[in-house]
Amino acid sequence: MMEPENTEESLQRREGVVSNRRKRYERMVEIRLLEDKVIEIFAEGLIPGTTHTCQGQEAVCVGVAAATRPTDIVVCTYRGHGIALALGVPTVTVLGEIMGRQIGCMGGLGGSMHLSDPSVGLLPTSAIIGAGIPIAAGAALTAQILGNDTVAVSVFGDGTTNIGAFHEGLNLASIWKLPVVFVCENNQYGEYSPIESTTSVTDLAIRATSYNMPSEIVDGQDVDAVEATMARAVARARSGGGPTLIEAKTYRYAGHSRSDKATYRPAGELDMWLQRDPIKLFGAKLVEEGVLEEADLELVDAEQRRRLEATLELVLSSPTPTPAQMMARVSAGGR
Amino acid sequence: MAKLRMNQAIALAIAEEMERDSRVVMFGEDIAVAEGPFKTSEGLLKQFGPSRVRDTPISEMGFLGAAVGAAATGLRPVVEIMFIEFLGVALDQLVTEGAMMHYLSGGRLTVPVTVRASVGSGLGFGCQHSQTLERWLLGTPGLKVAVASGPRSAYGLIKAAIRDENPVVVLETRSLYGQREDFEPNEDAVIPLGVGEVLRGGTDVTIVALGQTVGLALAAAQASKEWSAEVIDLRTIMPWDQDLVRASVSKTRRLVTVEENQFTGGWGTGIVSDIASIAFGELDAPPIRITAPDVHVPYGTELEERFLPSVEYMTNQITSLIKTGVVPKKWWEEEL
Repeated sequence: MMEPENTEESLQRREGVVSNRRKRYERMVEIRLLEDKVIEIFAEGLIPGTTHTCQGQEAVCVGVAAATRPTDIVVCTYRGHGIALALGVPTVTVLGEIMGRQIGCMGGLGGSMHLSDPSVGLLPTSAIIGAGIPIAAGAALTAQILGNDTVAVSVFGDGTTNIGAFHEGLNLASIWKLPVVFVCENNQYGEYSPIESTTSVTDLAIRATSYNMPSEIVDGQDVDAVEATMARAVARARSGGGPTLIEAKTYRYAGHSRSDKATYRPAGELDMWLQRDPIKLFGAKLVEEGVLEEADLELVDAEQRRRLEATLELVLSSPTPTPAQMMARVSAGGR
Repeated sequence: MAKLRMNQAIALAIAEEMERDSRVVMFGEDIAVAEGPFKTSEGLLKQFGPSRVRDTPISEMGFLGAAVGAAATGLRPVVEIMFIEFLGVALDQLVTEGAMMHYLSGGRLTVPVTVRASVGSGLGFGCQHSQTLERWLLGTPGLKVAVASGPRSAYGLIKAAIRDENPVVVLETRSLYGQREDFEPNEDAVIPLGVGEVLRGGTDVTIVALGQTVGLALAAAQASKEWSAEVIDLRTIMPWDQDLVRASVSKTRRLVTVEENQFTGGWGTGIVSDIASIAFGELDAPPIRITAPDVHVPYGTELEERFLPSVEYMTNQITSLIKTGVVPKKWWEEEL
């Protein structure tokens, strides 16, 4: 099997968002454009099954990546394209995986919901709500037992806070004081249902108190705020201070999956959130601070569009996986 | 030779692997301070300390998930599920996360986790604490499943499971924890996963048994004067030893599986199906399965004793099969 060897590119891309705010902006644009492209080519039949996009949540993805090291472990859900790109996974392997091609980060065998790149710490993203929470606790346990300063991060949605695995995982992390950060992207909807119709509390961060765990609520549309909040939690975890629950208030512009047209949203709600679009907010801030010129914003957009078209061309030239590749991956050491 | 009880053999196997490899850790409910409700982790906390030997909350989804995450990132956890039924609340982590993670990482991650669970009827624990449930796991690609039939096989299978790079479930017959067996607990006793064992040679019928039915099958074979049985302890059901069973049946020309589980969906279905397909023209009788009826494990001694195939029932079924060449009626078909 031709393994996409992307370690170096992944690490370089990660280093970009860790050290450079302009790169963070570029990455947020890259995520937005890729997600828009995914919806476009899904409609053309180029993506099997379904796919879950994260337009509107880019600041959380990039803020998390900016505050962590490539040696840290990240566990995420099926809404994981943005996290994967933010962590540094190359665009071609992310889009390749979404489109089920050999060039994908898992050779095209996983698909849109299952992205992974151990070189930047991304464990396979899971299609099961809540599954990643105990797994992240376990990754943190490895760091604790081996005595290194690796931190584990679990990124999940608001709906996850109602499933048992969330509560079991947080309790375990708390009693064992594990170096793990739980990041809840509260995008206001669990699949088709508004959070208030399914959940007993408005601020999900409050649930950390049941587990004697510190928590913070952060504006998920502000990448600087997410990065700063994340950095505090990561520092606490790295220094032996135990787990933190972060709730990032954000919004999902698209429906849950491709069959969801999001007709359940009240009129005006999307427009209200678009006023606080994370990319526009960050772009304006960088211009105000003199990090970027006004004209740079369009240049970044044009450059990312150009790259994405080239990436799509490359993915389209990659074959789909073979039966032999499929069979070889079932068990370690062969079947 | 050491005359060990099965629970001692298990604790010894884990201790030796923890000694050999510092990445091996163990956790579960009441396994550290209390040394396990079935005393299968006696001495481990004292020998290896509270970082590597941990009591967990009653929270199988949490700690089995943590074991999967730990295994994917560098440890080799052994987790104890006190009663196999408790796996139900954690099954996602085993079959949908652990068993798929190698595949879903493009082959770059391995998940060397060992999940041990006590199984089986015979102790009067009622229907929610007496099942074997290996059929929940059958047919899950990426997962290996072994079943111990006594101290020697428990020792050998657990050591192999801990060394394997894949998630492995080792089921331990609860009623056998106190059983003793003479054997040499050393490297030669490690049992490769996927390899069965012929415990007794014979010429008229091959009996394939697993876990608690192994001892019963041996007893039936030894007592029978009418037929000579070859008895195989299958030991691993995922993957199972096709070569061994096929070779035995090609000699005896008859196959009987003896299963503790209910009839529908039991582990023997795959064996019988394979042999019926492969050796169709060579058989002297149809392959049969001796199982429990499709009912919950009964509470109360009289009914529970009927649930597990008895030596007498097994003997009658096999005698009838050999005499008539047709499938004998099951006891519940005759009586009810």
